[in-house]
Amino acid sequence: MTAQVYKFTCIICPLSCDIEVKVENGEIKEIKGYTCPRGKEWAIEEITNPKRVVMSVIKVKNGNMPTVSVKTDRPIPKTKIPELMKLLAEIEVEAPVKVGQIILENPLGLDTKIVATREVEKA
Amino acid sequence: MNTLQYDVVVIGGGPAGLAAAVKAKEYGLNVLLLDENEYLGGILPQCIHPGFGIHYFREELTGPEFSHRFVQRVKDLKIDYFVKARVLEIKNYSDLEKIVAFTSPEGAFEVWAKAIIYATGARERHAFEIGIVGDRVAGIYTAGEAQTLMDIYGVMPGKEVVIVGSGDVGLIMARRFALEGAKVKAVIELMPYPGGLARNVMILRDFNIPLYLSHKVVEVRGKKRVEKVKVVKVDENLREIPGTEFWIECDTIIISAGLIPQVKLLTDIGVEIDPATGGPVVNDLLETTVPGIFVAGNSLLINDLVDYVAEQGELAAYGAKLFIENGGIPAEKWIKLEKGNNIRLAVPHYLSGKRDVYIYARVRKPMENVVLNFPEIDRKIRLPVVRPAEMLRIRLRKEEIAKARDKITMEVVQ
Repeated sequence: MTAQVYKFTCIICPLSCDIEVKVENGEIKEIKGYTCPRGKEWAIEEITNPKRVVMSVIKVKNGNMPTVSVKTDRPIPKTKIPELMKLLAEIEVEAPVKVGQIILENPLGLDTKIVATREVEKA
Repeated sequence: MNTLQYDVVVIGGGPAGLAAAVKAKEYGLNVLLLDENEYLGGILPQCIHPGFGIHYFREELTGPEFSHRFVQRVKDLKIDYFVKARVLEIKNYSDLEKIVAFTSPEGAFEVWAKAIIYATGARERHAFEIGIVGDRVAGIYTAGEAQTLMDIYGVMPGKEVVIVGSGDVGLIMARRFALEGAKVKAVIELMPYPGGLARNVMILRDFNIPLYLSHKVVEVRGKKRVEKVKVVKVDENLREIPGTEFWIECDTIIISAGLIPQVKLLTDIGVEIDPATGGPVVNDLLETTVPGIFVAGNSLLINDLVDYVAEQGELAAYGAKLFIENGGIPAEKWIKLEKGNNIRLAVPHYLSGKRDVYIYARVRKPMENVVLNFPEIDRKIRLPVVRPAEMLRIRLRKEEIAKARDKITMEVVQ
């Protein structure tokens, strides 16, 4: 019988609820402290398959800024983050870059897009 | 010297100034926006993480995306703006005649305006201000400097990092360094509780970064580059406890020890400053003690959320509009907002009772299951928890405010 209580702060919204999840033999037994359904769902996922939105910058050629900021358009599994970061460090795009422009589709076979979040004009 | 004439000059093109300029233009005022950086947006273009705009746009954006929406509005509305513009001086010639002197690559300018919206943001506290002594070596950065290097220029400031201070910027930079493959060896926090929002403290768990509460960095050692820092535990009075010293080897120190509102141009013309916020004393239109000069964003008080910064910018624009229309802000009486138990700061300082108001406030220490009490107007708000890191934003209706005689006290009681 192995019971474990995981405590974390919900990151769905700035309300920052303190959520407690009780896990017994790998099974979720009890969830307390959430104040919305999204929070509960997130807490379950946080135990079973934690995911994060990833952000970084990518090099830009011939731009008025040397980099463009990017994000994944949805959270990806935490375990895939280091591999994705390596990939992002290697690519380079040509200016201009528009906000919302898709830089990569399904990188590493992940169900996500890499989206530009900053505008870079041609230098 | 070139002379320009506008209804309103907005000084600072970050979120407060952008929101103010857009709103003022929408009110039909003739607006000039000035920023000293090479691009508009203030610090937002380098804040590449999500978490912006949840209240204002009802969706979660990154900093650059939040900024982009406002910059796009500035361009669509054809608002005049200068970047690389450094304001040298504000002169208050008369209530409706103010002069803003600035230089830019285009030359030297004097702008005559009826009102000024001051939105210059804050500066970061640096190593010398928090009592760190030792060798003057490379590798010491403020969190914002490291962020500029990494997220604008794409340059890694170091490989083995100690972060001093657990405020939001420090925690976010801890994640950025860890994501980019640096080893974040520790976050050192002087207080017995973390300085940042709870959701940002979560970051440390994601990357197994140790957080030392009630500890301080006291010394830096290195030859050309930082080699190690000395850390010491502090007691409840923040005094160093002898015998608890230890060293952490690292090549980089990131200082995230709080922000100070930039108010130099305001103090130059005699604007009264509140020592608690470091920003100006203001009324419920965010007008300073010099009539016709309004202030918003982190130069008013240090905010946690950009959404409230934009909200303040828009309120300042509304204030400027009323001021210009009426040749001053009319109010029969001003009701003073007094700080009671466990309230460290509260803005605005004076309320008219003529309009609803958002009170922005911070507590001194964390408390649970509390009542936020305004005794003079019989208003009580139950809160599960209050924390110094999380700004309170409380709406008071004008009818409630008008019930008060000459002051309203804000206090936290159990």
